[in-house]
Amino acid sequence: MKALHDFVKKFEPDHSNKFAHTVYDGFYTFLFQPDTVTKGGVHITDGMDLKRLMVHVVLALQLLYVFGTWNIGHQHFLAIGEHTGLLEGFHLKVVYGLIQILPIFVVTHVVGLGIEFFYAGRKGHSIEEGFLVSGALIPLIMPPDIPLVWLAVSIVFAVILGKEAFGGTGMNIWNVALLARVFIFFAYPTTISGDEVWVSGIEKVGTEFFAATYGWAHGAFDWVFSGLGLSTFGEGGQAVVDGWTGATPLGLAAKEGWEGVTAHYSVDAMFWGGIPGSIGEMSVPLIVVGMIFLIVTRIADYRVIFGGLIGFVVCGLLMNAISPAEITENTPGIFKFMAIPWYYQMIMGSFLFAITFMATDPVSSADTPMGKWIYGFLIAFIGLIIRVMNPAYPEGWMLSILLMNTFAPLIDHYVYQANINRRAKRTAEMAKQRGELITKRVNDPEVLTPENA
Amino acid sequence: MRFLQRITGSLILLLVITLTLQSQAASSSGNLLFYGLAAVALLIFFFIVISVADNFMVIESRESGIHSDKVNMGLYPKFQELFGSKKPAFLEGQHLYTLNKGYDIPLEGEPAATVDAATKATRFAVSPPDFLGLMPIPKVTVEVGDSVKAGDVVFFDKKKDRIKFVAPVSGEVIEVNRGLKRAIANIVILADKDQVSRTYTVPAANASRAELVEFLLESGAWPGIRQRPYNIVADPEVTPRDIFISTFSTAPLAADSTLAIAGREAEFQAGIDLLNRLTDGLVYLGLDGRGTSPSPYASVANAEKRYFRGPHPAGNVGIQMHHIHPVGAGENTVWTLDVNTVLLIGEIFKNGRYNSERVIALSGDPLAAPRHVRTFAGANLGELLQGENLGNVRILSGDVLTGDQLSTDGFLGYFDTQVTLLEEGNEAEIFGWLLPLKSRASISPTIPTFSKFAATTNTHGEKRAFVVNNDYEQVMPMDIYTQQLMKSIMVNDFESMEGLGIYELVEEDVALAEFACVSKQPLQQILRGGLNTMLEQG
Repeated sequence: MKALHDFVKKFEPDHSNKFAHTVYDGFYTFLFQPDTVTKGGVHITDGMDLKRLMVHVVLALQLLYVFGTWNIGHQHFLAIGEHTGLLEGFHLKVVYGLIQILPIFVVTHVVGLGIEFFYAGRKGHSIEEGFLVSGALIPLIMPPDIPLVWLAVSIVFAVILGKEAFGGTGMNIWNVALLARVFIFFAYPTTISGDEVWVSGIEKVGTEFFAATYGWAHGAFDWVFSGLGLSTFGEGGQAVVDGWTGATPLGLAAKEGWEGVTAHYSVDAMFWGGIPGSIGEMSVPLIVVGMIFLIVTRIADYRVIFGGLIGFVVCGLLMNAISPAEITENTPGIFKFMAIPWYYQMIMGSFLFAITFMATDPVSSADTPMGKWIYGFLIAFIGLIIRVMNPAYPEGWMLSILLMNTFAPLIDHYVYQANINRRAKRTAEMAKQRGELITKRVNDPEVLTPENA
Repeated sequence: MRFLQRITGSLILLLVITLTLQSQAASSSGNLLFYGLAAVALLIFFFIVISVADNFMVIESRESGIHSDKVNMGLYPKFQELFGSKKPAFLEGQHLYTLNKGYDIPLEGEPAATVDAATKATRFAVSPPDFLGLMPIPKVTVEVGDSVKAGDVVFFDKKKDRIKFVAPVSGEVIEVNRGLKRAIANIVILADKDQVSRTYTVPAANASRAELVEFLLESGAWPGIRQRPYNIVADPEVTPRDIFISTFSTAPLAADSTLAIAGREAEFQAGIDLLNRLTDGLVYLGLDGRGTSPSPYASVANAEKRYFRGPHPAGNVGIQMHHIHPVGAGENTVWTLDVNTVLLIGEIFKNGRYNSERVIALSGDPLAAPRHVRTFAGANLGELLQGENLGNVRILSGDVLTGDQLSTDGFLGYFDTQVTLLEEGNEAEIFGWLLPLKSRASISPTIPTFSKFAATTNTHGEKRAFVVNNDYEQVMPMDIYTQQLMKSIMVNDFESMEGLGIYELVEEDVALAEFACVSKQPLQQILRGGLNTMLEQG
């Protein structure tokens, strides 16, 4: 261990080269916990640091990465009617998913970390770990066919204007990952909304949908697979199966209500996650596993999550109450959408993912325990309103979380004011109690006072 | 029976809910919620069957006389066995504060509960930097070579010249050491074999408060009285609202304060009686409620007794004041004393002599035998630690959270009751942040600690901006938003600082939050900066 440490230390660049030293320091502190010791203040410190904290969020996302990779392939093959069983053509689905997701992952990290390194070098501080989590989250909230150029542009926007402009990790107002998504959402809406973008490798020709032709990477794997005697991708270009639609449950629900949704997707499929959507948001059980992991390890604050769940149920029930009692053919779509009970609302779309991984971001969420309950509640409440009542936005969490990020300091401000008032009031009450105690002491002859001493 | 009724009631309620939901969602076959609730109902049903059988068993065993309060013949553990330890009998009818927040760092090297008589120091020092709120260069009234008695004045502050600082032991002044900018670092006295104290003429029993204050200032006991807010040496012009004394310490590897009072109960009582004459308010004693028997301080009269249970920092006087009656500026100014100062005042008033004797702990894993030692204020650390292996070890006067790092030439701080040794952590650890192979302290469940261990001084991470916002609240048993307070100190927002409670805090109260801080921010330093600014602003 010592030999390895000395070997790595040999490469340490001179401090005069700021950028090189920052980058070296970033990798060195990744490989080793440095030998620095405490100076003044406390002499022993908690083993938890920001790196360890962040890596736990990344760990909680790993199951979603695995599932998302498979699901990209699965949705693609479902659309063209091949390998429709869950485990049929498993190797093809995983390889297909990897070919889609790896470039997204690499571009995200190269661009994001590149900017992070550049700013750390310029400002002369060590590289901060914030982008570890943002970089792990961004691929999961993108559609599988996102053009890499726009992805890169959105990350540049989010990291520079959303984070570095405010001073880096810990100073940003908005969630960086969501800022990247919202940038694409408004700047390049056709790549991230509508019915066609959620299934990978499907092209629209006229009014018909066809599978896109496979690229060289698929061809290379075909060569391997055929050698192993496994099924292969082939050429591509097949027509999709009859009646196929790439619309997500939310898109269907907005038009036709719960009946429209169940016509295409079963409740089981929506619960387990075998449906089209952003890469990582579909599987309810796996998200719940991540949620429990984060709550048990106290990485994420349970208050935001439970506040959100409560807000979601309350808003769902309110909407059920508003919608007409009987749904007929002529009922407007919005009422049909409102009539869906909250537990079905919860498994459609990405509420659980958003409240677990996005809303609990400790930097942009509210600071105070009470503030977190309010913050989580309002995210869910407003988000569901955006989802159901606003026809322009099929899903509400991105917008509602960014909105509440903006208002989190305001929530905290009122919690602090309440604390200041409460403390002042408590001191006054204690003063009254003290008066009573002193009176009692004066009347009690056994107790010594200046007068009877 | 009520228990059974309640369970049956909730079962029926659950069934009703399930049926309603079932009827609403009749068309859908895979109603997860229905099956979930049905499973819960089934579980409760079995629970009831077992409970009834269990109750019969308990009744039977009670009739045959084998079931009692101590022997539980039922299947289930009793409620109290499940949740927390039962309140011991001595706490019945007492003022008890149970604090849940905080953390006891499980460190190896706790001092044995006996006092070692063999370890003796010969050099003692008074160090002006131990006392806050003074000018950096005091007026020294002794010269090297002078011989002094215990209680003789050695220096006084140039501005607050009424407060006299005295020699802790009798002997010869051998050094007057200067530190940065020629400030006096300490005045070292080589102790005589036989200690001689200066003699006092104690004021009469009906002396006025002003006379008592004048006497205390002149006697040299005054510097042990500290004033909150700011934790500075008490201002003689100010009458405190109340006086607070914490009689126990919950700090890691702290000295056992019951050893300090053993055999000196009368002196302690004399000190408390005197303090009652210095305030119009109350004298509060913070008592240890964690043990199974009352602490020896509980028998003290003429003081309001308040018990505290819970992990560190429950023993900090600042935490206790927050729960008893918060302090503030102006008329809410209070005094705090430690046990040794009360004993010192008691000795002066009862026996007419200056006796700064105290029992301190030598603790920490690097020590061969962690133990208690009886010595005087300001003992030399090198002599106390004679014969110990001190290679790559940090010597602290005080505990691992608030102590001062010193060398063997250093002297025990005036208010410190422990010397802690700590191994230096100047060794890089491969993937130490990811795989904590060496045991380390943490409040995070991701780094479980199963047994006591030897901690090191490694920083375990680098300084970052404030990111996480739920780590302080887990270790601060006060209604104070620590992080927001720190931020308002950094931006010099006086109004927020006051409102958010800077007056109630001193360094030791936020030390545990600094320990737990994920961003490794120096909270104690920030807080002292804020306190100094407030003090300057008046």
